[in-house]
Amino acid sequence: MSPQDKFLWLIGGIAALLLIASIAGWLLGLRIKSDQGRAVIGNLNARVRAWWIMVAVFAVAFLLGKIATIILFAIVSFFALREFLTLTPTRAGDHRALSLAFFVLIPVQYYLIGIEWYALFSIFIPVYAFLLLPSLSALAEDAEHFLERSAKIQWGIMVTIYCISHVPALLLLDIPGYAGQNALLLFFMLLVVQMSDVLQYVFGKIFGKTKIAPVVSPSKTVEGFVGGAAGATLIGAAMWWITPFNPLQAAGMAFVAVLMGFLGGLVLSAVKRSLGAKDWGTMIRGHGGMMDRMDSVSFAAPIFFHLTRYFFSA
Amino acid sequence: MWLSKLLIGLVRIVVGASPRWIGAGPSPAQRIYFGNHSSHIDTVALWSALPPELRSRTRPVAAADYWGKGAVRRYVVLKGLNAVLIDRSRGDPSADPLQPLAEVLERGDSLILFPEGTRTPQALPGPFKAGLFNLAARFPKVELVPVYLENLHRSLPKGTVFPVPLICTVRFGAPMERIAGEGKEAFLERARNAVVELA
Repeated sequence: MSPQDKFLWLIGGIAALLLIASIAGWLLGLRIKSDQGRAVIGNLNARVRAWWIMVAVFAVAFLLGKIATIILFAIVSFFALREFLTLTPTRAGDHRALSLAFFVLIPVQYYLIGIEWYALFSIFIPVYAFLLLPSLSALAEDAEHFLERSAKIQWGIMVTIYCISHVPALLLLDIPGYAGQNALLLFFMLLVVQMSDVLQYVFGKIFGKTKIAPVVSPSKTVEGFVGGAAGATLIGAAMWWITPFNPLQAAGMAFVAVLMGFLGGLVLSAVKRSLGAKDWGTMIRGHGGMMDRMDSVSFAAPIFFHLTRYFFSA
Repeated sequence: MWLSKLLIGLVRIVVGASPRWIGAGPSPAQRIYFGNHSSHIDTVALWSALPPELRSRTRPVAAADYWGKGAVRRYVVLKGLNAVLIDRSRGDPSADPLQPLAEVLERGDSLILFPEGTRTPQALPGPFKAGLFNLAARFPKVELVPVYLENLHRSLPKGTVFPVPLICTVRFGAPMERIAGEGKEAFLERARNAVVELA
């Protein structure tokens, strides 16, 4: 099968899954009458509808090719950073640093992926932005909460730009025997991480009893996590044929992505709560904001990228 | 108008500017929307939060001494925003600076007004100028709708050129109650509080 055919099969499969979810949501909506149940089903249906749109957007970008995919994730970073900084208290003295983050750091970071300059891509934000952004803020001569402000800005940039940019960075890996198919690997990672989120939600709603971190993330349960992680790992193993991995390796890589995704959800939920919010935003109906959907991806992507690079690339 | 669409598109990308109707829903009733003023984005943000059919009949008020200067600025506010210019400096003391606004209201259109008269660098508005009171007295039927624009003092404060994209929700409150015989100071304080309450 050509990569193009594989991709179409994947999209077809996901569309079929979403169709089942849409029908199930519709049937549940007919049957459930309690107010609380209605609210849950209403949210479920909103989530499924949002998934249709997200899948459509990703599919179009992937079909258009590498540049469109890179631009898509640059836009994701833009909206994610916007959400992050909206909730982060900054002061007038940070203005220049923040403008620079949006209008220079995002384009440069994604441009570096486009021209496949791996060395600079991997240090541009941790080294150059890390040192120069607080310098800009310091020049504004406002020392109040300076360390807190700088640290929060740096954290936001690391998660929303640096970490998320590792998703399209999978396109620049040179994997022997896998040339021209990297987009499928990107798809694999997103699929596994998002399926893990979805399955954790489903298993949690059905079997969830024991809360893992009731203070930080009340919706996460042991039952949800075990069911979701096992399910997503199995899906990953079953999808080995679109990756450069054998089935066992695919299961291992999927498991790592699932685990990191779980930690990402947990950590960013803690960050969100420490900033005093329940959702990152309202951009994606039923899900919350962009960061509510990308939290797990932002933690999974860099590790998945580096493991693939270390063990599988030339 | 292509320029209106462009301005609205840009503002939506940068600050979102989605509306939240808290006190009342959108309505074709004639209204004066008055809000806190902290950035050059305010006017377009409030304007783009209105449904399109209301937008075409709602005219922002802009300062003639700033926006009337230079062909580009004039074109942007007059054509792009369909704004009405107001003379803040009162070059001619005998002229009524509110006359152009009164004409708009007489024609049945609505207004967007920033009663502070200038941009404030804080989240909460400063004291209101008398214009809103005088217009309200002259047009007792017009609804006075308080609006709070969130985060824009962080996004593009006075003195900066590049914005910081941050999410701004445009919160519309309930139309102010009209109290017969209320004095200027009391009215303006009540109007300001109506905006502050939405913050």
